[in-house]
Amino acid sequence: MIEVQSLSRYYGEESAIEDLTFQIQDKQVVGFLGLNGAGKSTTLKILATLLSPSSGSIVIDGNNYDDTSISFRSNIGFLPEEPPLYREMTVLSFLKHVARLRGMDTTAFKDRLPLVIKQCQLIGKEKSVINTLSLGFRKRVGIAQAIIHNPKLIILDEPISGLDPKQIAEMRSVIRSLREHATVLLSSHNLNEIEETCDKLLILHDGKLVAQGTTEQLSSNLSKETTRMESELVGERSVIETALSNIEEITSFVIEEERIDSCVVHLSMTIAAEHIVPKIIEKGLGLRSLQSARSELEEIFLSLTKGGKS
Amino acid sequence: MNHILLLAKRELGYYLNTVWGYAILAVILMINGILFNTYSMGSNTEKYSTDVLQDFFFFSSGTTMIAGVLIAMRLLSEERGNGTAALLETAPISEAQIIAGKYLGAFSFLTLITICSLYMPFLIEVNGKVSWAHIGSGYLGLLLLGGVAVAIGTFSSAVAQNQIFSALLGSSILVLMLLGWLLGKSTEEPLSEVFSYLALFDRHFQPFMRGRINSESIFFYLSLIFIFLLLSTRVLQSRRIS
Repeated sequence: MIEVQSLSRYYGEESAIEDLTFQIQDKQVVGFLGLNGAGKSTTLKILATLLSPSSGSIVIDGNNYDDTSISFRSNIGFLPEEPPLYREMTVLSFLKHVARLRGMDTTAFKDRLPLVIKQCQLIGKEKSVINTLSLGFRKRVGIAQAIIHNPKLIILDEPISGLDPKQIAEMRSVIRSLREHATVLLSSHNLNEIEETCDKLLILHDGKLVAQGTTEQLSSNLSKETTRMESELVGERSVIETALSNIEEITSFVIEEERIDSCVVHLSMTIAAEHIVPKIIEKGLGLRSLQSARSELEEIFLSLTKGGKS
Repeated sequence: MNHILLLAKRELGYYLNTVWGYAILAVILMINGILFNTYSMGSNTEKYSTDVLQDFFFFSSGTTMIAGVLIAMRLLSEERGNGTAALLETAPISEAQIIAGKYLGAFSFLTLITICSLYMPFLIEVNGKVSWAHIGSGYLGLLLLGGVAVAIGTFSSAVAQNQIFSALLGSSILVLMLLGWLLGKSTEEPLSEVFSYLALFDRHFQPFMRGRINSESIFFYLSLIFIFLLLSTRVLQSRRIS
């Protein structure tokens, strides 16, 4: 079991994360969600031992981070967003190097290698030079290096970013297979991906953990009186932000995408969709589309990460 | 120790398997060869073999220091640039082991380059006579001086965000330490003594160049290597906290 207790990290006076407390059961896939700057990366880096916490403790199966930080690292496998690979090496020689770096002897490596190659769907690529592989395969080599030493916690930072739909599907199956042997903590901006892959969610906002649980548990807490819509509004971001902030019935909004002359916005409001249209137009904004924001997780995420209008 | 050797092997393998390693080797040997041919051997006036050898060690000290900085400038800054530093920093090894392994690999390659220049002292034998002890002490001096340059390069590489800045910082520290003798001449005691003692070349390399093994200088060079490697370790440790 992974237990994080009152974890905080300060950069000078400013807190990146504050008083995070959560527990993760063995062999779960847990999704870390949060807006940019919410403290996801800081938390993942602390868990991966790349950063020291300012206060708090991390315990993995009784091993405390504070006591034995060097041996503690054997419990963790980490894949940053950009896979850390020595690209001039072949897949096999790279994995061998990483395994030895993490204290595995040759016999243990040889025993473990076939499983890792199979799990990461790298069969036939063992002798390929890493630089010649596609991004999808490089990500899988990145996962292979993270699990080669059989860690208890595998941390994957944005494992699907930059992948095409086929590669995403393949990566999803790789991530699912990891839970057979370890606990997986992953962060992603892709809410659908998190929803499909994870057993539990941790939602961070402004450095604080605002919710944790399964999608079902979180959705049961969601206010049913709020209507959530996705809309494409014509205009500059700043103009749209100002206009939406001045509509009383819109409780929160987030600009998901900026296009050439418009923005895609997620809206949470206290009135029905047909009544919000005239109010948006009244503010001088062009309305290109308005549709229901269907993803349940998206609704949960938006409601939890926007205390007010953002 | 296994981790240190593993990292050293990986670094040495990098230099031996990439163009960069061979480029450094070729450039340093070419410069050494040109200087040897024109400066040591090419003089119109007759020279004793020992003087020719001394001249060889004189200019070789410069190329060895340049090679040391060039070899070491990528050690840690490249890892950070490529994002591979995470591999080392999340492995169950200490920062001191990382630095020791990296240093050992880079120093091994510098030793290889230095050994490749051995044919030049042997060429002096063709028309003259040199003492093996003189060659041995000169090469010991070159390796110690080169070892300091690699340690300074390792430190610069730990501090700098990229390889260019790392090379510039390393070269600046080296030049400052080389100019110690100048500062020693232009200041009064006790400062002049301090600066003269810290001069990397003037006081400490010249005995080796002339065929003398000076234990004080060996201690001086080894101390500098230790200090710069310790500083590099501290820089790595501070990155987890900052």
